[in-house]
Amino acid sequence: MPKNKDVKKVLVIGSGPIVIGQAAEFDYAGTQACRSLKEEGVEVVLVNSNPATIMTDKDIADEVYIEPLTVKVLEQIIEKEKPDSVLPTLGGQAGLNLGMELAESGFLEKHGVKLLGTTAETIKKAEDRQEFKDTMEKIGEPCAASLVVHDLQAGIDFANKIGYPVVLRPAYTLGGSGGGIAHNQVELEDILANGLRLSRATEVLVERCISGWKEIEYEVMRDSAGNCITVCNMENIDPVGVHTGDSIVVAPSQTLSDKEYQMLRSAALNIIDELQITGGCNVQFALHPTSFEYCVIEVNPRVSRSSALASKATGYPIAKVAAKIALGYTLDEIKNAITGKTFASFEPTLDYCVVKFPRLPFDKFITAKRTLTTQMKATGEVMSICTNFEGAMMKAIRSLEQHVDCLTSYDFSNLSDEELTERLYKVDDQRIWVIAEALRRNYPYQMIHHITMIDDWFIDKINNLVQVELSLKKGELTVEKLLEAKRMEYPDNVIARLTGKTEEEVKKLRLDNNITASFKIVDTCAAEFEAATPYYYSVYNGPDSEDEAALSANSGKKKILVLGSGPIRIGQGIEFDYCSVHATWAFSKAGYETIIINNNPETVSTDFDIADKLYFEPLTPEDVENIVRLEKPDGAVVQFGGQTAIKLTQDLMKMGVKIYGTDAADVDAAEDRELFDKILEETGIARAEGATVYTAEEAKEAANRIGYPVLVRPSYVLGGQGMQIAISDQEIEEFMNIINRYSQDHPILVDKYLQGTETEVDAVCDGEDIVIPGIMEHIERSGIHSGDSISVYPAQSLSQACKEKIAEYTRRLAKALHVIGLINVQFIAVKDEVYIIEANPRSSRTVPYISKVTGIPIVDLAAQVMMGKKLKELGYTPGLQPEASHIAIKMPVFSFEKIRGAEISLGPEMKSTGECLGISTNFNEALYKAFLGAGISLPKYKQMIITVKDADKGEVIEIARRYEKLGYIIYATRSTAETLNENGVKARRVNRISQESPTVIDLILGHKIDLVIDTPTQGRDKSRDGFLIRRTAIETGVNVITALDTARALVSSLENANSEENLEIIDIARI
Amino acid sequence: MRAFLILEDGSVFEGNHIGAVKEIISEIVFNTSMAGYTEVFTDPSYAGQAVCMTYPLIGNYGVCIDDMESDRPWLDGVIIRELSKLASNFRCDMTLQDFLVKYDVPGIEGIDTRALVRVLREKGTMNGMITTNENYNLDEIIPKLKAYTTGKVVEKVSTKEKIHFDGVTSLEENGPISGSAVFNADDYKEDKAGDHTKREKRPSIVKELNGKGLKVALLDVGAKRNIAASLVARGCEVTVYPQNTTAEEILSDNPDGIMLSNGPGDPKECTGVIKEVKKLYDSNVPIFAICLGHQLMALATGADTFKMKYGHRGGNHPVKDLKTGRVYISSQNHGYVVDMDNLDDKIAVPAFVNVNDGTNEGLSYVGKNIFTVQFHPEACPGPQDTSFLFDRFINMMRGGKNA
Repeated sequence: MPKNKDVKKVLVIGSGPIVIGQAAEFDYAGTQACRSLKEEGVEVVLVNSNPATIMTDKDIADEVYIEPLTVKVLEQIIEKEKPDSVLPTLGGQAGLNLGMELAESGFLEKHGVKLLGTTAETIKKAEDRQEFKDTMEKIGEPCAASLVVHDLQAGIDFANKIGYPVVLRPAYTLGGSGGGIAHNQVELEDILANGLRLSRATEVLVERCISGWKEIEYEVMRDSAGNCITVCNMENIDPVGVHTGDSIVVAPSQTLSDKEYQMLRSAALNIIDELQITGGCNVQFALHPTSFEYCVIEVNPRVSRSSALASKATGYPIAKVAAKIALGYTLDEIKNAITGKTFASFEPTLDYCVVKFPRLPFDKFITAKRTLTTQMKATGEVMSICTNFEGAMMKAIRSLEQHVDCLTSYDFSNLSDEELTERLYKVDDQRIWVIAEALRRNYPYQMIHHITMIDDWFIDKINNLVQVELSLKKGELTVEKLLEAKRMEYPDNVIARLTGKTEEEVKKLRLDNNITASFKIVDTCAAEFEAATPYYYSVYNGPDSEDEAALSANSGKKKILVLGSGPIRIGQGIEFDYCSVHATWAFSKAGYETIIINNNPETVSTDFDIADKLYFEPLTPEDVENIVRLEKPDGAVVQFGGQTAIKLTQDLMKMGVKIYGTDAADVDAAEDRELFDKILEETGIARAEGATVYTAEEAKEAANRIGYPVLVRPSYVLGGQGMQIAISDQEIEEFMNIINRYSQDHPILVDKYLQGTETEVDAVCDGEDIVIPGIMEHIERSGIHSGDSISVYPAQSLSQACKEKIAEYTRRLAKALHVIGLINVQFIAVKDEVYIIEANPRSSRTVPYISKVTGIPIVDLAAQVMMGKKLKELGYTPGLQPEASHIAIKMPVFSFEKIRGAEISLGPEMKSTGECLGISTNFNEALYKAFLGAGISLPKYKQMIITVKDADKGEVIEIARRYEKLGYIIYATRSTAETLNENGVKARRVNRISQESPTVIDLILGHKIDLVIDTPTQGRDKSRDGFLIRRTAIETGVNVITALDTARALVSSLENANSEENLEIIDIARI
Repeated sequence: MRAFLILEDGSVFEGNHIGAVKEIISEIVFNTSMAGYTEVFTDPSYAGQAVCMTYPLIGNYGVCIDDMESDRPWLDGVIIRELSKLASNFRCDMTLQDFLVKYDVPGIEGIDTRALVRVLREKGTMNGMITTNENYNLDEIIPKLKAYTTGKVVEKVSTKEKIHFDGVTSLEENGPISGSAVFNADDYKEDKAGDHTKREKRPSIVKELNGKGLKVALLDVGAKRNIAASLVARGCEVTVYPQNTTAEEILSDNPDGIMLSNGPGDPKECTGVIKEVKKLYDSNVPIFAICLGHQLMALATGADTFKMKYGHRGGNHPVKDLKTGRVYISSQNHGYVVDMDNLDDKIAVPAFVNVNDGTNEGLSYVGKNIFTVQFHPEACPGPQDTSFLFDRFINMMRGGKNA
């Protein structure tokens, strides 16, 4: 079928801020789809509230709106832009829901706009629980039997019918409390009775228990002619019970015979055909481990995290093909870009094994429960490719950057056998390491399988790794042993550790015996056809192994290595992928051959057509060196890949690779306390008093000298990891213990804590001149991590003198540090005085944001100056650039509800997972939009709770009064209520948790509260009450604010808000 | 033990020996299916060939004897990257290593199979040797490799006597319909060690007994089991005939339809069979042919076949139905193909085409109730997407038009 000629202008809906469960994969999918649409001459209008994305660049779409993703905002955009179609299947669940709402309200029909890709009926069939079940039943595809019951007998009858075990899920209880698995009627009666009692609606879902079954996924494509293919299937190593986003996943499936493989494949095709999906779709199955019985778990009628993974695992560009299908092409009309010969109507076949590991945030949320459940908790993931499973797993482990590099990284050797067995029952992120310890103690596979339900095949593979480890530990390191260890991707440093040799000795033995990595191509077709796209992974397959990358290593062009930023984690997110991709494009435009190394399957940078070559590899010195040895690049850029890339600078230099941009020595000078202090002195820049320490004793001594409160933090980290405000010796002890959980290569910094306005600049320097696109100001006073602060451009409260000082200090610093490329500097302004907090001569989290709102392409400029261009040549007047006429506010977005037990109060350590933007010519409207984009859509019930620490009592009165004026009914705990009432703000007193009902918790659970303002006591909150209040509110879906500045900003936005129907909509592409 | 794969161009791959201890010379081909090695290794079409599996991890789920597509593996040798020591699947009867030893099939593992495939892709299918003799002499071996041909393998793999299958009389006999299946896994385990005939049947995709009462004659030129099974599961009565059966004998049994099976080797070697197929063509009995059968019918009616550079072997090949424009993913295994340039369109017209390389994938015979396909609608291994062709054949036997 030819392209649908009616489609000329398409509105693409993005997925909004990065939250757990909805991350960078949608930027990848959306970017790919937009490019695919533009390739067909279609005009693309893009809306996404997330400014850190590549899709919101004006090169990606024709019109770009970084606006809150609400139905009303979308309606205004549609009225303004008059697209003929809307594509909702690329923006995750958020985009899909918006598309549905626009269709169901009749708005689209009224405006003559079509939903492209998949119809509203299809979405409903896939998303609505009952309709989905009915549809599956109709075509004979089984779902796990379930029934909602309101009494004990109904539950018993149903369980008898479907058979034990059954899962019980009470409705409307906090975090599913009161549920459980019943293996027999006695247990059922017990759990069900309790669940019914706890459930506010006396309602419990009784469901066939499929936990422990194999979890298998298929990625399926279907076009409008009904042609269907499966791109890939994947097997979760963690059986049903752990969210697939938190599971270790392998592609293709390993333990399925062709009979099971084809049975599920046919089922997936049946389902997509019945749902009449056009585009991509993900189908998840639970397969009984010892029979052919299976259940359909769920269907996602859109691109997803899994489809991004499948795209990277196979080389099949699902989002791109989905976009073409939306335009009316059939699969056999779309060329396979990798081979250039075959078509999209082709099923990729792999000649390697892919392993995905989740990146879980328990290193950030140390109080959180590590247990993995059906609620996803991972912030990101890594993928690795190898020709054997063991190797793929080892590569994935070291790609995580969580202080793990092999199966001894978590030590369980001190557990008794009983404790270890008990530990095996615990389903958490360390389970693989626990299994490894069990295997060291010769636990039978059968026993491990019985407890974990992980397939014997995977247990055997873990055992292979353990056996190599044990053999390395004893006796001489022979060439045979080394060969086998390298085949399984044991890194040299781990081999060194296990054999008691040095890393250099191991490397020498390896090179002397010609044991080196060779590179293979991901080509969708197992080498059956020639591949046009160089997408590589490494293997150690002995001296005979053919190196396909070596065949094309000599292009004659200048080569630049761009180091990616690894898995998405709190503090190092999608912003750095944005920077890496833009840098790659800039170098490519200048005629360089570009080479990207990265291991994150969710990102745009690992799309095979971004750089000239893609190496999908861990970002460790050894892995990078393998590539360097082969490619011999003319240089590398490390400024753009966050801390992951910066960390590799020294090693790259040792390998003889030239670092483009700022010298490594100068990067160090910015991090090294003494060197940096010297530079500050020379340049006449003030900073808060501080000290460099290694031990708790030194820290206490320094703190007492400087005077509390002080900031304590490790150096060389991003996202303020481990940073805390300490007010006493005792807190210093506590924080130093936490920081020293991992051995620190670098000293720890202790600084005087200054209270003032935090500001931030990103600048480009060419060695002589500097361009500062603008100054950003944080709404929250210092003490809250910049990534968690609301950031305003242009700065609103700074005096002209301050602004000039900031620009001047930045200029002096950039010159003194000999910056070539980017620098990010943070200051505190206290009245007219400006103190520096820190300077980082590299890209920062705010780079995409400031680029977009000022229209100055700073990554591109940075890349150009690294190549030797001067800013003046590039047409820029040095200095602070004129302020824009609009105000752009960046709002942090958190995922606290996903991580049970996580402390949500804000502090110097970053906790947000993403961000959104509010942009307007009016400050309060920008603020309102920013809150709206972050999902804070108020007022609803006009009831709020205030409970603040003593120090904040004075300040909160005024804020409370303003909420009261807006019509809010205020509830407050005892002392806060007293303060408010004494000062003429009416506050209803509510009981503390320990007191009799109704308590503050009951109030929150009543679902009638808009907002909780809770400021925790100074330092780390020790109050169990405050913690419980905040957690309960978050898990009930109530907005929680933990800083008064945020509360004030919110009330300002509410006071002055234009109505949501009447917002000013700004096209970023026209700025 | 070390083992060596030596190709006729002189390239040598060194790996570990697996399976039976035996030296073989064979035609080296590769298959890109990621699952289904049992079905591949027992497909009679691989007689005279040694197969390299491109997926690197083989043997993961062992061998289930129910999945065998014939009585034994017919291929000469197997070439894989890594043999799984552990076989993990609830239906596993033995490890792949034990299976290869039991049926005297040698193999090699631990070689760079991707490099081998790239050689075969560039230079075309070649002959090769698998040996454990470290003192091999290329000068002696290469002439032997060059001289090797698969020969008349059809005679070797075809049944020696007629076999009769009754059609099923109820859908339950096929086992549960895929998806709606409800098993009792615990009962299943009890049976596992014991009597395989009692074993719970694997799920069936057949939803209708539309073949009830129809008699099909299957000419076995190397048939995979699932061809007869696909017809039997639809209710057809199937008689399997040895490859040297005359057309007269088949026709004298009055079949409602004739099925020509898949099989190994160069179709032009089957001169005797081609003559009989011509008579079957003239008989006006509805005919459906797969793979080698498809090529034999083409040759019998004056068309030509040629050897492809490295063939199609795998479970991911897109074929387009030229009548409807629909594309299906198919299971394939062939080294020869019908030449479209010499096709007389008064006799046959293309019905299916390969989307990747445009080669012929099926023919529809003009004025006849005959249609033939190059790919494998019986799957095993591979996608089941074209199994509807058996229903199309049944319709034809019921007097429907050549679909």
